[in-house]
Amino acid sequence: MLMYVVRRLLQAIPVFLGTTFLIYFMVFSMPGDPVLALFGDKTPNPAVLEALRQQYHLDEPFFMQYLHYLQNLFTGNLGETFSGQQVTDVLARAFPVTLKLVLMAVIIEFLLATVIGLISGLRKGGIIDNTNLVVALVLSSVPPFVALFLAQYFIGIKLGWAPVTVGANTTWSAMFLPALVIALTIYVTGMRLMRGSVIEAQSADYVRTALAKGLTRRRIIPVHVARNSLIPVITNTAASFGALIAGTTVTEGIFNIPGVGKVLFDAIIKGETATVVSIVTILTILYIIVNILVDLLYAVLDPRIRYV
Amino acid sequence: MSDRTIEHYVAPIDENSAVEVDKVKLSERRSNLWLDAWRDLRRRPLFYIALAMVLVVTAAAFFPEWFTSVDPRATDLANSNGPAEPGHPLGFTFQGADIYARIIYGASTSLAVGVLTMLITGVIGIPMGALAGFYGGWVDSFLSRIGDIFFSIPYFLAAVVVMSVMPSKNVLTISFAIGGFAWASLARILRAEILQVKNLEYVMASEAVGRSKFGTLVRHVLPNSLTPVIVYLTIALGAAITAEATLSFLGVGLNNVISWGNDIADAQSSIRVAPGSLFWPSLALTLTVLAFIVLGELLRDALDPKARARR
Repeated sequence: MLMYVVRRLLQAIPVFLGTTFLIYFMVFSMPGDPVLALFGDKTPNPAVLEALRQQYHLDEPFFMQYLHYLQNLFTGNLGETFSGQQVTDVLARAFPVTLKLVLMAVIIEFLLATVIGLISGLRKGGIIDNTNLVVALVLSSVPPFVALFLAQYFIGIKLGWAPVTVGANTTWSAMFLPALVIALTIYVTGMRLMRGSVIEAQSADYVRTALAKGLTRRRIIPVHVARNSLIPVITNTAASFGALIAGTTVTEGIFNIPGVGKVLFDAIIKGETATVVSIVTILTILYIIVNILVDLLYAVLDPRIRYV
Repeated sequence: MSDRTIEHYVAPIDENSAVEVDKVKLSERRSNLWLDAWRDLRRRPLFYIALAMVLVVTAAAFFPEWFTSVDPRATDLANSNGPAEPGHPLGFTFQGADIYARIIYGASTSLAVGVLTMLITGVIGIPMGALAGFYGGWVDSFLSRIGDIFFSIPYFLAAVVVMSVMPSKNVLTISFAIGGFAWASLARILRAEILQVKNLEYVMASEAVGRSKFGTLVRHVLPNSLTPVIVYLTIALGAAITAEATLSFLGVGLNNVISWGNDIADAQSSIRVAPGSLFWPSLALTLTVLAFIVLGELLRDALDPKARARR
């Protein structure tokens, strides 16, 4: 196991360098002079231009600039937003909110995936199963922002069952509706995994053995069928945790939830490219870390993975 | 040695049964993967519904004048957020433009981004996955690590960065922003498929009769590994349409183009007073995406003989 952990961590190093390089390169290679752009229509003094270029290391070769960028990344210096706040401070304040939202969404997703997947798998080909598959297909095609608007309009505005926007009041109950909508748009993958493995498990040797030795269905289904089918669902849920942390932009923008996604949303809307890039870099790094943890979790749960 | 001859008994041959066998002409019921898939699809009503939806969207994209004679850019503030009236079945937007006409004219944007993104994803993803899977060794290590890097950046975030810094925002740039990162998943899927196919007997046979390695890849391995690629690309087309609408919704999408995402973003502020201008483009978007995803799912079932047998 230790060898597996070490190998997986070593593999992450080139990916980390590659992703940061790629993001940096995309921004760097765009046309236009960022220093000149600072002055708008005015013609600045060449000496001032030179000083600014030196300050931001723009006079050095591309690769050196990338190293400076990495250095800043490691020392937690992500620059400032247009309103003069440190990006790291803003993120530190917003992160707990996003974590809360994503945690709630992931728990709902897991429950939906396992329960519906189990029922559907046990009654394969029945009415419940077929209805469920059609509903899943529709739900997985609704663009998330459309689903969020529909929920906001019908449940928030028309029925008044939930707050229309969250704002500063980031309680669990206030964020339940957006969390539920996120869960509904992503539970489908987990549900299919669960359904597939339940169907497979029912004809597995160990289930036949359990039946043959006289165990009741009541014992076989939770202990032998469901538990062995959970592994792919658990890892899928963990993976969606990473994807959600990186992807709450639209949700938090629409429901006005003051999390990381909202910070990114505002920065995009206001055109603060530097802030957008900093946040995307941080989110990508988080995404990579969560994915490593998911792989390790998989190896813990399923011993076969470790020895491949 | 004796010259005795042994009489052999030869049973009379019943020619009739052989005639019966011969009557079945193998050439008549031709069967291959695609023919079987077509036979399967033909029997599924959902296939026709999805296909009809795709055809309608395509027709609206190429010939919007078939569907409406109203100018989608014509605005009359007197009609702002106005209700439906004869000639304007879905009412008006905040700016007083006809919602129905804007939906019809927005189809070409969605379809163009979807198809272009699919092409870009395929053009990058297929060679990357095929070469990595077929050649293995250092080629595989090198290409797969590049793929890992692109795979590790959530492609929506990458598209946001690209579109934020892109000086010109048009159909081509947005397709590159999405497809330029989405190909990594396709390459992984194709690589896994090729790893299975390349050890089959017919591949060995092709090499044994002297076909070059690259020739074998192009002539035998690739065509037999394309099924998951086609399924993925069909679903990716739908996903790209969603991504375009989401980027436009965030304001880093297309400028000066009629697009469902732009219209939804514009309607956001008047959700309380005029939900229609938000609802109708959302419905058009959802149905289009649904049609492509359903097509992809049906193809997946139809092209997988094992899944067909299980059903």
